[in-house]
Amino acid sequence: MSEQPLFYVHKSGIYTSLQDLGRHGYQQFGVPVSGAMDRYALQLANILVGNKRDMACLEVTLVGPTLEALRELSIAITGADLQPKINSTAVPLYKTLTMKKGDILSFGGYRNGVRSYIAIAGKYDSPSFFGSQSVDMQTGLGHILEKEETIYGSVRKLKNRISLSPELQPVYQQSIQVGVIEGPHLHCFSNETREAFFNQTHTIGANSNRMGYRLESSPIKIMKHADNWTDAIPFGGIQVPPNGQPIILMADRQTTGGYPRIGTVMTADLAKIAQLMPKGKVRFYPISIEEAQQRLIAIEKQLHQLAIFRAGLT
Amino acid sequence: MSFLIQPVGDSAIKVLFTEEVSEQLSNTIQAFCKTLADTEIKGVTEWVPAYNSVTIYYQLIHISFLKLKTTVKQIFDRLAVHDAITFRIVKVPVLYGEKYGPDLERIATFHNLTTDEVVQVHQQPDYLIYMLGFLPGFPYLGGLDKRIATPRLDEPRSLVEAGSVGIAHEQTGIYPVSSPGGWNIIGKSPLRLFDPENEIMPFLFKPGDRIRFYAITAKEYEDIHHQVMAGTYSPSIEEVKR
Repeated sequence: MSEQPLFYVHKSGIYTSLQDLGRHGYQQFGVPVSGAMDRYALQLANILVGNKRDMACLEVTLVGPTLEALRELSIAITGADLQPKINSTAVPLYKTLTMKKGDILSFGGYRNGVRSYIAIAGKYDSPSFFGSQSVDMQTGLGHILEKEETIYGSVRKLKNRISLSPELQPVYQQSIQVGVIEGPHLHCFSNETREAFFNQTHTIGANSNRMGYRLESSPIKIMKHADNWTDAIPFGGIQVPPNGQPIILMADRQTTGGYPRIGTVMTADLAKIAQLMPKGKVRFYPISIEEAQQRLIAIEKQLHQLAIFRAGLT
Repeated sequence: MSFLIQPVGDSAIKVLFTEEVSEQLSNTIQAFCKTLADTEIKGVTEWVPAYNSVTIYYQLIHISFLKLKTTVKQIFDRLAVHDAITFRIVKVPVLYGEKYGPDLERIATFHNLTTDEVVQVHQQPDYLIYMLGFLPGFPYLGGLDKRIATPRLDEPRSLVEAGSVGIAHEQTGIYPVSSPGGWNIIGKSPLRLFDPENEIMPFLFKPGDRIRFYAITAKEYEDIHHQVMAGTYSPSIEEVKR
């Protein structure tokens, strides 16, 4: 499979970038993980087109791009419903679609969620840094989609078209509840503060992006004289700066941080957060690590089974 | 040696050392990370050493929280605590002052020293890299002489160039990539600390290294800079057993 032009970019969208499951193994050198914000939707997109689950897809945020197919392509779009159209005809999410040469893929307004993933049967070509094609603008690895560029890659012909049954398709709410594993800096928060954190509705601030979601909350107090050493920060970590307004650390977070963290969003709920709009509401509830891990294993099993089923079709 | 193992969400654990942050603890952390690397635990994707902790990321489908916890305890049981440790000293040339060190003069005035004295004090110790973070290749260093410790700038600069050497409170550091920053900038190194295109050595530093700054002239800066750009410069790195 040699490199071929896939798409011509008529409009770039506001923040369209190639993302996979991120770069792992270099955090001890300070290189962020990055990768897709909604890893569940990314993997479903790849499964639908018969790719390996961790391949790079185009992550589309709020306002989608306008892309002209430069050859026949099999694609699938998952995640947020940004009203995708091919040649002005609405097309469904979670379904393998065929684009003929000259067909135009475009998007309307957002309806459900904020991030969509466009997978192609085959592979997008772009430089890989530290084992990942994920674009990380802060670190200067790769670049977001630009108007008038051509996207290259290699394609595979799909024998059969499939769609994901509607009950398996995620529905994104704009008022959500997510499970949080408490810690690790519990010595920095009093019991009253922890209760207050769980007993309020937090609002997603406008200044939220791929690095972090800033919450508007009634202030979370950090105890005075609570010593805290800089340590590694995970996806979903909830850090509390001195102003008491928590930040949920997302895909492009730095590797380490010095603010105390009250908890970590369980992995199974990260996709729900990634699909929240500014002004979206979130409530947290404490969950045990055992329960959080059971939820994560259930999702892994489901993705694994879907991938096996898909592989059986080709 | 005492430590706690805490969950950090459902996909990482933090090994927290309860003793004071020190060079000795850093040596223990380095030894622990080395054993972790040698053990090759299935499901462990990576780990991040910090001042008094090591966070270990894992894949639940391959290893459970409890199994990982047990494995980590076993590593400590057989962790060889040697009297002698080996580390690298990375020598970092710095052009101090003038256009590359706009805050050198102010630091000198602040402490009632001459600029030469500030430079002398700054390049005196070997600085231990406790950890890397904040930016790719950014070293968190210990051991700045309190005589030149200086508060951050009131107003951060919108751009600090890659290679800039700075002081913030009791810390000194060097910027691996250009970024906004509030550190007092006293000089600049022509070395590249982070080069994602370099497949052999993308990072100049690793945790546990010692950095030795030494003053160079503007002419030497230009020479080294050209060699770095041409890819012909090899930084001076010394292996030390102590």
